[in-house]
Amino acid sequence: MDKYQFLIGLAVLTFATGLAGVVIRRNLMVVVMCVEVMLNSVVLAFVVFAARSGTLEGAAMAFFLYIAAACEIAVAMAIVVMLVERRGSLDIAADPELKG
Amino acid sequence: MISDVLIAVFAVMAFAFALLVVVLRQPMRAALALIAHMVCLAAIFACLEVHVVALFQVLIYVGAVMVFMVYAIMLLDDRDASYTQVFSRWSLPAVIAVGVLVVALGAILLPWTPAVPATRGTSPFSFPAFSVEFMKHYWFHFEVASILLVVGVVAAWAVIAERR
Repeated sequence: MDKYQFLIGLAVLTFATGLAGVVIRRNLMVVVMCVEVMLNSVVLAFVVFAARSGTLEGAAMAFFLYIAAACEIAVAMAIVVMLVERRGSLDIAADPELKG
Repeated sequence: MISDVLIAVFAVMAFAFALLVVVLRQPMRAALALIAHMVCLAAIFACLEVHVVALFQVLIYVGAVMVFMVYAIMLLDDRDASYTQVFSRWSLPAVIAVGVLVVALGAILLPWTPAVPATRGTSPFSFPAFSVEFMKHYWFHFEVASILLVVGVVAAWAVIAERR
């Protein structure tokens, strides 16, 4: 196993860790953070592919992912603030309108 | 060789901090663990000589996104049921499902044998080289991304307007 395969394994593990956090945590802010962990693992995979192949595409994709992450966090934080002001709690279970 | 050792060290730290994000009780501590996770990833990118992405990782993620998130936590941090009961009742099925996902993804991705990179004189990931090549090939995508950012700002404003 070379370092690139090792880092792809790390990306898989961190993606799974973030996904587990999204499913099992009850705190809304921590759920958003776990989504960020998943997004970071995707960036890691793109960068590893770019570094191994020596091409620009993976790094450019990582750049666009950062833009998507910035938009995502702006909207997510606005929604979190709205939900907390409406329900008075960061607990996901406190909001019956949220499905799943 | 030193970079390989550093990559291994930072990889272990990145995974440990990702685990801490999931298990820590207080959102502020989880946010600090997430910042450490992102810094470790930036160090890995630097060890891979993809300096431009390492720079973006620190500037955009740690410098902007996480500052925003920490500010929101400080604004909202109140003690509620999610502090006393940290995990949902779906924890065990979720962990089993995620374990299956890890095995499946590992089986797909780890046998990957990448193509040998073309010989190149200078690194395409230094800031000047990346900037020139990026704007040569991705200028249109860059403009579309700026529109996406504006849409994100408008969407956040619309959510806040809905609240009022």
